This record gives sequence, C-alpha cells and structure tokens, in this order.
Amino acid sequence: MKTFIATTVMALAALFTVPAASAASYSGDLQKANVDVTNQASLQRGARLYMNYCMACHSTQYMRYNRVGRDIGLTEEQVTENFIFITDEDGDLVNPGSLMKNAMSDSYADEAFGVTPPDLTLATRIHGEDWVYTFLKSFYIDEDRPLGANNTVFSNVGMPHVLWELQGWQELVEDDDGNERLELVRNGSMSQSEYDRAVRDLVTYLSYMGEPMQLDRQRIGLYVLIFLAVFTVLAYFLKKEYWKDVH
Amino acid sequence: MAGNPAEKWQGGLLGWVDARFPLSQMWNEHLAQYYAPKNFNFWYFFGSLALLVLVIQIVSGIFLTMFYKPDAELAFASVEYIMRDVEWGWLIRYMHSTGASMFFVVVYLHMFRALLYGSYKKPRELIWIFGVLIYLVLMAEAFAGYLLPWGQMSYWGAQVIVNLFQTIPYIGPDLVTWIRGDFLLSDATLTRFFALHVIALPLVLILLVAAHIIALHEVGSNNPDGVEIKKNKDENGIPKDGIPFHPYYTVKDIVGVSVFLMVFAVIMFFFPMGGGLFLKPDNMIPADPLVTPELIPPVWYFTSMYSVLRSVPDPFLGVVAMGLAVVMLFFIPWLDRNPVLSMRYRSFAAKFNLAAFVVAFVILGWLGLQQATTMISEMSFRWSLVYFAFFFLLWFLSRERSAAVSLILFAVVVGIYTLYDITRFDPSDASLIMWSWLIPTVHLFVCMVVPVFARGLGRDRAVPERVTS
Amino acid sequence: MANQGVNRGRRRFLVAATTVVGGAGVAAVATPFLASLQPSARAQAAGAPVEFDVTEVEPGQRVSIEWRGQPIWIVRRTDEMLDGLSQVTDRLRDPDSENEAQQPEYAQNEHRSIKPEILVLIGICTHLGCSPSFRPEIGDPGMGSDWQGGWLCGCHGSRFDMAGRVYRNMPAVDNLEVPPHHYITDNLLLVGEDEDGGAV
Repeated sequence: MKTFIATTVMALAALFTVPAASAASYSGDLQKANVDVTNQASLQRGARLYMNYCMACHSTQYMRYNRVGRDIGLTEEQVTENFIFITDEDGDLVNPGSLMKNAMSDSYADEAFGVTPPDLTLATRIHGEDWVYTFLKSFYIDEDRPLGANNTVFSNVGMPHVLWELQGWQELVEDDDGNERLELVRNGSMSQSEYDRAVRDLVTYLSYMGEPMQLDRQRIGLYVLIFLAVFTVLAYFLKKEYWKDVH
Repeated sequence: MAGNPAEKWQGGLLGWVDARFPLSQMWNEHLAQYYAPKNFNFWYFFGSLALLVLVIQIVSGIFLTMFYKPDAELAFASVEYIMRDVEWGWLIRYMHSTGASMFFVVVYLHMFRALLYGSYKKPRELIWIFGVLIYLVLMAEAFAGYLLPWGQMSYWGAQVIVNLFQTIPYIGPDLVTWIRGDFLLSDATLTRFFALHVIALPLVLILLVAAHIIALHEVGSNNPDGVEIKKNKDENGIPKDGIPFHPYYTVKDIVGVSVFLMVFAVIMFFFPMGGGLFLKPDNMIPADPLVTPELIPPVWYFTSMYSVLRSVPDPFLGVVAMGLAVVMLFFIPWLDRNPVLSMRYRSFAAKFNLAAFVVAFVILGWLGLQQATTMISEMSFRWSLVYFAFFFLLWFLSRERSAAVSLILFAVVVGIYTLYDITRFDPSDASLIMWSWLIPTVHLFVCMVVPVFARGLGRDRAVPERVTS
Repeated sequence: MANQGVNRGRRRFLVAATTVVGGAGVAAVATPFLASLQPSARAQAAGAPVEFDVTEVEPGQRVSIEWRGQPIWIVRRTDEMLDGLSQVTDRLRDPDSENEAQQPEYAQNEHRSIKPEILVLIGICTHLGCSPSFRPEIGDPGMGSDWQGGWLCGCHGSRFDMAGRVYRNMPAVDNLEVPPHHYITDNLLLVGEDEDGGAV
C-alpha cells in the first residue's frame, strides 16, 4: 500500500515534468527568463516598455487598463496619463475600464508586415517565458529580409527589431568551431546587462498578463491545502473512532 | 426498523413524507442498511470519488455556462472573460478543466479495481456494462467540451477526430459533413457540441450513473477477496462480513474525499495546465482554420486509444481497431469464465496478464502524445498487440489448459502477427521489427507456455470461505 | 457489531467537529460561486461614471444621458419652476426628502440638487420601473391648472414635481432617485460618483 502511494506520487511527478510543446519550432537552447511576478517595480517598468514599444502593434485585448493599474500598483490617473493612447469614436481617450485594444487595423498591419501582429495577452502561456525572453534578445541584421532584421529563435519573423535603439544591432557570426552565435556590432542606448533587465521586465509584465490571477491562485491554494489538511486529520480520527466497532 | 409504526409516528415530518415518498426506505436501502463487505481497501475509494467529480463538474459547468458564449466569434474571448473579468471565474474554470482530467484518472483507477477483483463477473455483468457505457459517454462529453474554448487545439483536435468518420467506406464524407453541419468545422459545429456537452450527454451520464448504482445495490458489492458475503448470514439475515455503508463507509469515504481534494487542489492551484497535459499551450491561440499546429495530440485520456488507431496503417482499419479497443471491454464478463473473482487467488499467469495490460495502456498513452516516427509507430503496434492479447488471454486463462492446447494456440497467435511482420518486412527497420516482436511474444509466452512447464504458475489458489481483513 | 465500550462523548465530539469544519469548507467553496454572479469587470466598466457639460442644457430643457443603461435626466430649471417647488409641498408624500435612500446627502434639500437650477435624476419610476414623461409646462391642460411642471408616468399614472418628488396617493411611494454625482469643474458634471469617490 505504502509503496503503491510512493509509486503513484512519483508517476504523477513524472507526469508534470513533461515539457510543454512550444508553438514555434525552435530546437536550440532557450535562455532562462527568471521572472518574478511579485516584483511590482519590474512589472511597472515592463508595462511602460510595453506601452511604448509594443502596444502600437500588439494589443492585449482580453485585459483592462484599470485592472493592470490596480495589480501592478499604479493609480487610475497614472494609468490614464501613461498608458492610454487610443480614443473612442468621439475622439476622447477611452475610459480606464476599457479592454486594451490598439488602433492599428488588421488590414494595415497585414500590408506593412505581411502578417497581423498577434495579440500578446497570452504570449507567455503559448510560448513560455524563456522563449519570449530569448526571442527578444535574438534579433540580428539580415539585409535579405524586407525590414532588415531576422531572428535566430523565430526565423524569417515578420516583426522588425523594435528595441534596436535600446539593444543596438547584432550580427550572426560563425566562430572557429562552426557554431553560430550573435555578436553586438553597434551599441544601443543600453548596456547588455541593462538590456537583459529591460527584456526581463517586459517578460515579467507579459507573464503577469497571461495569468493575472497567478499570485492569488497560489496564495489561495495554500490556504485551501492547510484547511484540507486539518479536515483530513479530523476525518481520519472520526473514521478510526467508528471503525472500532468493526472486528 | 423502517416498518415500525411507532417510529414513523415520532418523526412527524419524516413520517408525513414517508407516507408519500419512500425516503426512509431509500436511505436504508442505499446507506444505513446497505451492507457492504468490511474488507474494502484503497481501491474502493474511486467509486464515490467519481460521483464527487461528477458533482464538481456539473456545478462548475452550470456556472461556466452562465458566462460562456457558444459562438465561434465570441467563444475564445468569453473564456478569457471568465478568466479575467468574472469575479472568481478563473477558479471555476480551472476547477472544471482540472475536474475533466481527474474524472478520467478516477474512472481509470475504478475500472482497474474491477479488473483486479473480478467485479465484472456474475452476477455483476450489468454493473460492468453500465460502467463501460458511462466511460463511453464520458469520452464523448470530454471531447465535446474540449471544442468549446475554441483554441487551436480545440479546433484541430476536433478536426482530426471528426475526420475519423471520413474513413468509413461510402458514407464517410457525407457523414462528416452532417456531423459538422458545415463544410468545415465551424460555428455550426461549435453550437451543436455545446448543446451536447451541457444538456444531452450530462443527462445520459446521470441516468447511467443511477443505473450503475441501482444495479450495484441490487446484487451487492464485491470485495478484494471476491467472496460473496451474502452466502454467510447471521440469524437476522445480515451478512456476517457486512457492515452498514452508513456510517462506516461514509466516514471512511470522507477521509478519501479529503485526501483526493488535496491532490485536486494541488493541480488546480499550482499546476492548472498539468505541464501541458490538462490544458495545452497551443489552445491559448484562437482557432484558425488556415493554420495547423505542428503536433496535434489528443488530451491524455484519449491517447491510449489514439495509439491503437495510429498503429494500423490502413485508416479505416485503424478506426475499427480503435473502436474494437473500447468495444472489447463490453465482452470481458463473458471472455473471462474463471470462477475465481479476485486476482489475489488467481494464478501468476493471470496476474501477469493484467499487469501487462496496465503497462500496455500506460505506454500506449505515452506513445499517443508523441510525434509519429517509425519507432513510435512500431511501438504503438506492438503494445496494441499486448492490449488485445489481454482479452484473448482472459478467455484462455478461464481454466487450466492442457499442454497441447496451450502450445498450439500460442503458435497460432504468434504465427498470425509474425506472418504479418514477414509481409511488411523492411530491411532498413529489420532490427526494430525483430526486437519489438519480443514484446507481445513475451507476454503470450509467460501466460501460455510457462504454465505448461511450471504448473504452479498457471494454477489458481483456493478462495477462503470468509473475507480476510 | 460490538457497540459496547464505545466512547460516546468522543464520537459525538468528532462528528460535531467534522461537521462544523466540513460545513465551513462547503460555505467557503460556495462563496466564489455566488460572488461570480456579481457584475463582472466588463459590467463595471460599462457602468463607469459619465461626464457631462451642463452648459449644453438650456433653461427649462431636459437632456437625457445614459449611465449603467439607465436614463439620467439633467434639467436646468427656470426661476419659475424653482418657485413652483414650494407651492406643491402640501400635496407631496415626502416633500423634505426624508427617505435617505432616494438621494445622496448633498441633494437632501428643497431643490434636491447641488446647484439649485440643475437637477440630476435617474429617469425611472420608483413604482415598477417605467420611464416617466416630462411635462414642464406650468398649468399643462392635461395635468390640471395647478400643475407646476414635473413628470407623469405613463404606465400607472404616478406624478412627480420638478424636483422628482412624488405626489400623494400615487402608485409610486418614493421620490425619483438622485444618482451620486458631483462637479469636476464649474460646469463639468460627473454622474456615478460622489465627490469623495464613493459610488452606489
């Protein structure tokens, strides 16, 4: 019986370690994003970067501005001033309770990039945090591409290197062993470690975005487990007591 | 006691009800005076747990229905609406998605218990039949429900399964169009799957569960010893080895429920995706009929059957094989004619056969999640043979066979698939075909040939008169 | 079944303890399910406060805007209309707005408004939820010569004065409701939120 339980537990543990299949086919190693969604400062920096560099093309249309503000520790005024750029049909800024759509029409986007930039609300849940992190660090100069940039994680990506001002430009070089790697050839406004941090902030924000309730979920789960543990003990003694009758 | 008029008098309201509805009688027949064997073990938790999960699914499902929109344009966003905008919506949704997987976990363990202790044998054949029907309807229910989030996996998973019907000769293509209600999987399909998932199939499921329980309480529960407790009654007509279900098994099941809920909570609150097994990352992308995901594995609880399907090269025969893998379950009570119920007293060969079946089921399940390479396909084929050999061996091990019968049957069965191997022999895969040939052959060898030479391994043991505790 | 030697006290205690803890657990599970039925974030966003510039309303005119799917009336009352308010008090059911549920504290005055001339009302009859029609004319022939302007509910005939106060012996028993509101600037009205940020 005990061995059975032990085997079951081990089997279950093995079950959960099955790696999640990634949507994009990239077989190389991904760098660890190491995000911490409890870090509000990181979330705020990530949100700011997202609003300035990503939001113009990529909506996060399942989420509302005021919810983001509340969760990452910004007031409604701060959210309205810093994050809201889109307007309603009267030309007024949309209210903070609105969904975070963007102003770019699908047909325009299709013409400009060849594809419609996907909504990114669930990006980290689809690809995983490490994938997004590595992707944002893997743009390089490629004159053959219409927008002059390619990506080692997502080859022939339609997206330009939006963060080039921050990161600078990389080139794909081959070292003596024939391995390909990326090398920074033109500096951006950030040092490499600053850029890594910025991308990490961005991924942290996206991870929060994918599952805004993830912190609640774990906190509540802990209480539920503690409660059930107490209840199990009580139920066990109750069972013991009644089963004294049975011989 | 229920017939005691004085007692009825006392329970004013209860008496009033009892005169009009057999409330006390039902309570007594199914709980307070339902005598269950006193030696239930770990495996006997899963029946009541299955009932618990059914309740969880119905309650959480009702609430999800209040927020979900069965419309191809709105479905995906309405799920995210539940996850974000509805207060506690995420909890209800994760409860439902976790519950779906846990339903199958519990049902598979419950079915294994029946195989382990011969609970399908006379007089419990109908309980088993109802049980397999429940399993079938549950698969349909899960399949219909999986389409509703309208993500890429929902869409393409349903696409693949619905297209299985395409392989049926003559009527296939028209049948598929009729099922979809459109020339592609579309809004029409989503709406009808929604109706099936929230009304039709749950109703059937509840009726079957009721039938399953009524049949069980008619003949009484089996137990790990496979001893009929009704054969040993005391002077009051109460089985000597029986105890009233309530309070003894209710208090025991409460412990089981509590431990089970802890497992449930760990998944729901900490691993709601189940590492991609319970919710798939690709299902976070809205359905797109123009983009096919690279790998479309079914949800884990279907993958064993899916492997059987993939193990046969001909599409139609593959569907037939998969259907057979499920349909064979119905015949178990008549394949296994051995009078000994419990594996405890069955021969080594019988135990080995059941173990091989479980291993085959798990391995087929794993194989079904993988991309179909030559290796994976070959393994699927070999373990499918083990899966089907289990049913043959159930019949074969019904009684002790003579050496001649054993050896001839062994040669015939092994001969059949060896012959097939020769027809499909491909020098490039020679070693793979040859060593994988051993998988079903060892299974059959241990159950059929070994007992010829070591008689003890093929012999069942004596079943005690009373249950052991 | 041997029942001798059973410790009844212990058994009773354990049954009670398990029932209480289990019951608490069931209640705790029921809470999120019931809470999920409350207005979602979408409903709350749709019910967010709305801004309105009161200079758009001419004297004697009523403008209808929408807040939480309800008609909100904004009326700029003329001096005549304001004078009329004191003339009908003896015929009203609650002339002093004593029922606190029908208006915020800052509208609990004779004219039931922050600025005397600007009236803000939820345009829904307190009887059964119809929207009354506007009858501003003093001495409207259909309403009687002593009519000082107000509203008539077409459904069941309830009458209200120019401050939304209900007349006596009408189907409706409460005055029309004044929504929470305040002025962001002198003329910019925000309906749906008190000055201190409180909402209904």
